[in-house]
Amino acid sequence: MDRRRGALTPSQRVARAATVAVPVAFLAVFFAWPLVAILRRSLVTDGTLDVPWDVLTAASTREIAWFTLWQATVSTLLTLLAGLPLAWALSRFSFRGRGLVEALVLVPFVLPTVVVATAFVALLPDGVEHTVWAILLAHVFFNVAVVVRIVGSYWAALDRRLWDAAATLGAGPAQRQLRLTLPLLAPALASAASIAFLFCFTSFGVILVLGGIHYATLETEIYNQAARLFDLRTAAALALIQLAAVAAVVTVSGVLERRLGGGRRRGGRAPRPARGQRLAVVAVVGVSLGLLALPPTALVVRSLQVADGYGLRHFASLFDTTPALLVTPWHAVVNSLLFATAATAIALGVGVPAALAIARGSRGLDVTLMLPLGASAAMLGFGFLLAFGDPPLDIRSSLVIVPLAQALVATPFVVRSLVPALRARDPRLPEAAAALGATPAQVRREIELPLVARPLAVAAGLAFAVALGEFGATVFVFRADWPTVPVAIVRFLGRPGEDNVGTAMALCVVLMALVTVVALVSQRALGRGAR
Amino acid sequence: MRLALEHVDVELEGSPIVHDVSLEVASGERLALLGPSGAGKSTLLRVVAGLERPTAGRVLVDGADVTRTPAHRRGIGLVFQDAALFPHRTVAENVGFGPKVAGLPRDEGATRVADALALVGLEHAGGRDPTTLSGGEAQRIALARALAPRPGILLLDEPLGALDGPLRLRLQEDLRALFERLALTVVHVTHDVGEAFALGDRVAILREGRVAQLARPDDLWARPADDWVARFLGMRNVARDGDRATVTRPEAVHVRPGSGATVLAADRDGPVVRVRIRRDDGVELDAVLLGDAPEPGTTVGVAIDPAGIIQVPVWDASIRGTRAEATSQGAKSE
Repeated sequence: MDRRRGALTPSQRVARAATVAVPVAFLAVFFAWPLVAILRRSLVTDGTLDVPWDVLTAASTREIAWFTLWQATVSTLLTLLAGLPLAWALSRFSFRGRGLVEALVLVPFVLPTVVVATAFVALLPDGVEHTVWAILLAHVFFNVAVVVRIVGSYWAALDRRLWDAAATLGAGPAQRQLRLTLPLLAPALASAASIAFLFCFTSFGVILVLGGIHYATLETEIYNQAARLFDLRTAAALALIQLAAVAAVVTVSGVLERRLGGGRRRGGRAPRPARGQRLAVVAVVGVSLGLLALPPTALVVRSLQVADGYGLRHFASLFDTTPALLVTPWHAVVNSLLFATAATAIALGVGVPAALAIARGSRGLDVTLMLPLGASAAMLGFGFLLAFGDPPLDIRSSLVIVPLAQALVATPFVVRSLVPALRARDPRLPEAAAALGATPAQVRREIELPLVARPLAVAAGLAFAVALGEFGATVFVFRADWPTVPVAIVRFLGRPGEDNVGTAMALCVVLMALVTVVALVSQRALGRGAR
Repeated sequence: MRLALEHVDVELEGSPIVHDVSLEVASGERLALLGPSGAGKSTLLRVVAGLERPTAGRVLVDGADVTRTPAHRRGIGLVFQDAALFPHRTVAENVGFGPKVAGLPRDEGATRVADALALVGLEHAGGRDPTTLSGGEAQRIALARALAPRPGILLLDEPLGALDGPLRLRLQEDLRALFERLALTVVHVTHDVGEAFALGDRVAILREGRVAQLARPDDLWARPADDWVARFLGMRNVARDGDRATVTRPEAVHVRPGSGATVLAADRDGPVVRVRIRRDDGVELDAVLLGDAPEPGTTVGVAIDPAGIIQVPVWDASIRGTRAEATSQGAKSE
């Protein structure tokens, strides 16, 4: 891979070692140690092994585990059904505005879970908003992007002459779908399904807001036991089940993803839809965008709705003191921006070296760094709670714990978006620059840095958006005098009265606006970047 | 099977690609479609296969109009440039795809696969993963796949385009032997003059979506339709004079000891030497020699066989429409 391996200077060797050491150390302290704390709390009492069989086999645990499993399964199937037409329209054809549609479809995925859940509260009529349907719909809403992205990009990269070849060999349209499209897409479908399943299985904010008191998953029950009932033993036992389940799903999805690498890829330019297809493409794109626009629209409308018509009162109330929080809601917005900035800095500090190491071929680090993505946010938060309350690292009540938790959740996204760009670098460009007389420093400044500047901006934007909306981990470790926006939203939703709901809606609109701007800007940057 | 195109026009995304092309290919005949890239060759082939619908005109197979018949019901085989094998199936499954979707019994399908693989000399490749094949092997499997449904007409789109040197020549010879044995009607697209002459009973030269000339290789060489065709075939002794051009075929230029001309360059091309000379009157000519290559600068004598001098019309792009525009539009389609 690396032709210059033999010629490393000592300082280069130190720099390379650091790109591995920094992420590994970070993960060891802030990921592995909290997990160990959970395992210890669940399996060890007073220095001896004590498996919490009573909790693991309780009827209530079985019920919660079953609901977690089936809602995730049904959500995933519905997501595939909803996402495939859009993946087809966006990957097989080119038309004016396709880039914009692609960017818009991805927005729900970066919307904070709490915002999505609140939007469905705003959208659905009373009586439906706290049913299982609300949960399933919310899950479909923000996982459609996963299907469109993974299946769509795979579909677009498949050689279209395969379908032509099948036609000349006598396969009709139905046979082409059955014998060609389906088997060819199978790895992408499986990969998208397993990722969507993982998100739904570990879904926290959506279940907490929409499930109300009727529905609990392993994830929300861990929070309920740990933060509301202070039963750490039960919480840790549930976390054990969650950990095993997540490990199983991650393993399966990892296997599927590796199979994605196979097969010959050769996209070619997508044609404009033919006459007969035009209507189908327009219908699919129109209906999908329309449905995706409904919840955010309902949210905005609800935030403007006041007792006597429409107005900005809920937004004005963001600056008032409230019994729901120790500070004004506006402070929560400022807090969120500060925390997200710090979290982005940490995520880049860990993610950039890690991405460099992975792009050089460190496969072990690749897998390791994706683990926090699989381990659910609430589990990380719970682990922080258990691990960092005592010396040597007593930071539970300090402020740094919030951005640390958020950075842990955001780092995999940084790595994911940087690695392909780093791998795609043309090794001949620095060589050409060197041959033209550029010093190593000049090569870095004039060639290498400008080439990765755009992907770096995308990664930073993504990390910022993720940190802004992070709820699952933050809710375990935030300090009451420094709430973040998602935490504040859930607080307001949990209190009676239309005004509290209205304030929650207004906060959601603010958060949605911030995240959407960041997401759209980074998406546009991605669209123009070198492919 | 007999194939005919009648006044075929094709537009892709609003750009004209093929204009008023009429062709007839007799049963068992092999036609080469020759032209520079962007001339509309591949598009024309896709029209025959049923993958592209012409804007106007008809496609006839054995006299029956198949213009509106979709590709999968035409029974016309197509070999794609760089193979387009199904990556998720084995070689045998690729070759067996046609018989399978035709609903043939399993054992009949297996026989077809074995026969087709034997035809291309890859009997033992059945179990392999197509992504592990070399370029030449992949192209042979693509051919076997197209042959397995036993089409009456076989189309090949630059089948040797992705191959190089000796491999290319060998596969070209194999193809010729195979076509003769199977007595297939073949339409074969290429931009390579040698390949077209080797594989085509007749050659249709396509230029900017129109047929510039359609003739047997010998007739093409003897009587190019205009100066553009002469140049495209590789003749360089073309002198324009108004709306006529004089083409002197290189084999008619005899270089011998003596005076009257100077050797500018001499390059060996296999058994012959291609020589560029300048006559004392300033005219430059190409000639072909046997024997050793003369040193550049050598003074030589030159004689021209009058039978090798042809008068042809000048092809003027401006008469038939703006050439640059047509070329750029054509380039987009390929």
